[in-house]
Amino acid sequence: MTGQTGAGETGAGQTGAGQTGAGPVGTAARRPDGPAKIAGTFPYAGDLRVPGALVAAVLRSPHPAARIARVDTAAARALPGVAAVVTAADVPGAQTYGLIVPDQPVFARDVVRYHGEPVAAVAAVDATAALAALAAVDVKYEPTPPLTDPTLVWDGAPRDHPPVHPDGDVFGEIHISHGDPDAHGPVAVSGHYVLGIQDQAFLAPEAALAVPAADGGVDVALATQWLHSDREQMAACLGLPEEKVRLTLAGVGGAFGGREDVTLQVHVALLALRTGAPVRLSYGRTESMLGHPHRHPARLSYRHTATRDGELVSVTARLLLDGGAYASSSPAVLVNAVTHAAGPYRVPNARLDGATVRTNNPPCGAMRGFGVPQAAIGHEAQLDRLADALGLDRLELRRRNLAQPGDVLPTGQHLPGPFPLREALEIVAARPLPPPPSGPAEARAEARAVRRGVGYALAFKNLLFSAGFDDYSTAAVHLELGPDGEPIAVVRSAAAEVGQGFVTVAGQIARTETGLSAAVVTPADTSIGSAGSTSASRQTWMSGGAVRGAARRVVDELLARTARRLGLPAAVAREPRRMLAIIDGEIVAPEAGARVPLSRAVREALAEGPLVAEEVFRHRPTQPLDARGQGDVHVAFAAAAHRAVVDVDVELGLVRVVAMALAQDVGTVVNPLALTGQVEGGTAQGLGWAVMEELVVERGVVVNPTFNGYLLPTFADVPDLDFTPIEIPQPDAPYGVKGVGEAPTCSATPAILAAVRDAVGRDLFHIPIRPWDLVGPRDLVGPWDLTGPRDRVEEGAA
Amino acid sequence: MIATRLSYPLTVDGVTWRVRDAPLTASLLTVLREQLGITSVKDACEQGRCGSCSVLLDGTLVTACTVLAADASECRVTTVAGLPADGPADAVRRAFAEAGAVQCGFCAPGFVVAVTDLLTRRPSAGEEEIRTGLAGNICRCTGYGRILAAIRAAAAAGATAVAGEVAAGEVAAGEAAR
Repeated sequence: MTGQTGAGETGAGQTGAGQTGAGPVGTAARRPDGPAKIAGTFPYAGDLRVPGALVAAVLRSPHPAARIARVDTAAARALPGVAAVVTAADVPGAQTYGLIVPDQPVFARDVVRYHGEPVAAVAAVDATAALAALAAVDVKYEPTPPLTDPTLVWDGAPRDHPPVHPDGDVFGEIHISHGDPDAHGPVAVSGHYVLGIQDQAFLAPEAALAVPAADGGVDVALATQWLHSDREQMAACLGLPEEKVRLTLAGVGGAFGGREDVTLQVHVALLALRTGAPVRLSYGRTESMLGHPHRHPARLSYRHTATRDGELVSVTARLLLDGGAYASSSPAVLVNAVTHAAGPYRVPNARLDGATVRTNNPPCGAMRGFGVPQAAIGHEAQLDRLADALGLDRLELRRRNLAQPGDVLPTGQHLPGPFPLREALEIVAARPLPPPPSGPAEARAEARAVRRGVGYALAFKNLLFSAGFDDYSTAAVHLELGPDGEPIAVVRSAAAEVGQGFVTVAGQIARTETGLSAAVVTPADTSIGSAGSTSASRQTWMSGGAVRGAARRVVDELLARTARRLGLPAAVAREPRRMLAIIDGEIVAPEAGARVPLSRAVREALAEGPLVAEEVFRHRPTQPLDARGQGDVHVAFAAAAHRAVVDVDVELGLVRVVAMALAQDVGTVVNPLALTGQVEGGTAQGLGWAVMEELVVERGVVVNPTFNGYLLPTFADVPDLDFTPIEIPQPDAPYGVKGVGEAPTCSATPAILAAVRDAVGRDLFHIPIRPWDLVGPRDLVGPWDLTGPRDRVEEGAA
Repeated sequence: MIATRLSYPLTVDGVTWRVRDAPLTASLLTVLREQLGITSVKDACEQGRCGSCSVLLDGTLVTACTVLAADASECRVTTVAGLPADGPADAVRRAFAEAGAVQCGFCAPGFVVAVTDLLTRRPSAGEEEIRTGLAGNICRCTGYGRILAAIRAAAAAGATAVAGEVAAGEVAAGEAAR
């Protein structure tokens, strides 16, 4: 990693308006919000307090499936200190919401479909009164048998279970047919994998503060990833026009996809409107883990065939993603999973089938990687198996089959470049390995049961929204005078800063384009157009593009006004950049022999009126998949290669990740420090899913919705990351950027799985790896082998 | 008959508050956040697993969510805002900002308290000791890499400062001898 010391940067010591010292694009500018976060003064959503605010709480179903025979709130309403109790009967507008399909009830009315589904909500003078009110709500549930096996919905097997939902139980189904899908090579390997649920486990649980407004609307400060999507869904459910639902982003303590859906938004706003008082609602950890959608658990069945010299001939895959009770973003997650199912390889023939279905398990939706981490586990395990079957080196098999820009993917899309995955593979393969375990002789003797393994994995991840979605971001840049009278660039955007560093990047872009040393990013809110979601590795590219465009246009206006004041010809004012430029704090017009200090130019231009420009940025359009799964579906890809080194205690079944190396295709680096943070964090989340993180669900009931039960990687679990960025500008992106946050999560998990397989010499079928997967009986494969014969090597089958 | 609500004094960062009518079962975390409005102490798991609410109780590192507030009544509670100025706290804060140790930042106040405690007790802690000593503080964003860099920088700054004090002390001793 280079250039992250950021010599001369002093931004970290400053906050707020007038911040100086933070650098332009390409520097390790420090976070403007860093010092406040460190001091504990940064206001997260759960820290917001206003006088007279009521405290809300939500009653949730203990059953994954039940009929609701009765909800009686009279006793709860009568308790002292209780201001309101609301149920489905009190929802004034649409009864349901959803990111793609509005199928999720604000409150369950007649039927409960998952453990933790909201049934009622209360507002009271304090938390004690609110909890007493919840206990006094009388709900009569009639539990019904939950549908918890997704294969009962989608493998064609007959079932006697009634539909979970009247809309049907298949959220989406995709069939990609490529080349001759029945072709196969002489060597075949099959594999079947069960992937558990990963939770985003962002550290700050969901929270919001809603304040009723005099116009009958409501102002809500909350932690979210997508203000405008929340607003649209909230307004529909509240029966209000969107302009009466005004949202402001409060401090967000992590997201990772888990804040893309509506959770508490409608409840808190409804209670504020009902009581006429401010209402705050904060989840605890258990409520958070029951309340937001997770990463989809999946069942993957794969069959790869190749020639005897290791050229891929075909990939057959069936991917079944359990979407849980409601749709959330399941259909979009499925597009990603299936279109990435064959991996970043040249595959001449493929049949890739996938479905995401409804069950009474917890709803699942967006999490970092969005369907691609599931696919990467499958294709990388398969490549290792195939290499072993062929007697080929595992890296060499990958080298022979890696996709290059221009190659046709199974969707028919030509792989867009740059795509330096071969370079990434060679870089991680050449990085020095950690020394073997060492220590006193006694420790070595005890360590005889410890085996070391090394594994590699490659992944690619689509960037931005795909499949024909009209993806855009809005931003405005104002040039103003700061409190000290010096000019300042003020960036307005609804892009959600969730910790990833958009506020840092937006300031860098504004400084770069305006030449000003001071730039501030105002709090995100819905007073400006949508910036889209903080997801899909998209904000630096999309909202960064919008900020750059707005900044360029406001500078155009500044230069035009300056040209006129300088008495330059009208033609110059129309295209001022032909003669004027901002260099080192001055506007210079060499041909006219003019130089104006930037601060004076801004002051003078402001005398003519505000300097402001707004930009709506779009990426190139994409196409939805057609009936054969064909289409120019993705805008671009980022590539990543990981090497993992693990020590496995084969008696206890414990895994320690000793070292990780990553080489990643990152485009132009906007901020090397933020880049390092993203790839280190993304790697750690991939590590967590490989070896410890699983939300365990038994007959529809989440059994470990706490940090006691759900293990997260600690300081002692995550080794240093040996990271090499590969910086090739992305041609169609502002400054040549690429999104960087998701690709390493996609490659980290399969690299660790590969290293563990290497250490223990056995197949692994369940993710995360559990101790009994390493020391228990071998070959525990479920009954959901969906691709046909499980032959490891079929000689002469072609 | 045991009272279910209690009033008692609570000393936080050198200021003694009067906690009024708090539930007997209220944790120190709940009283700090909900009664005293001290929101720098974060509530992320409320099971003592994540360290977001790390504070010092009479100088000992604890998770405020697993301490009964009433039990802390006789103690000095130190939050991130009250860490002693003569210790490594300032160097830790600076290093966290400079090294990129903060993303969402929700773990940061607790981390600063825990790191300050570690470096106060073990100013030259090695990597293994840092990793195990801080395994009770979860960060979900950073993967700990930049946090480790910050801790190393803060430790190095502390070592420089100590060396400076020793040097200054030697000069003073020399002058006294003359």
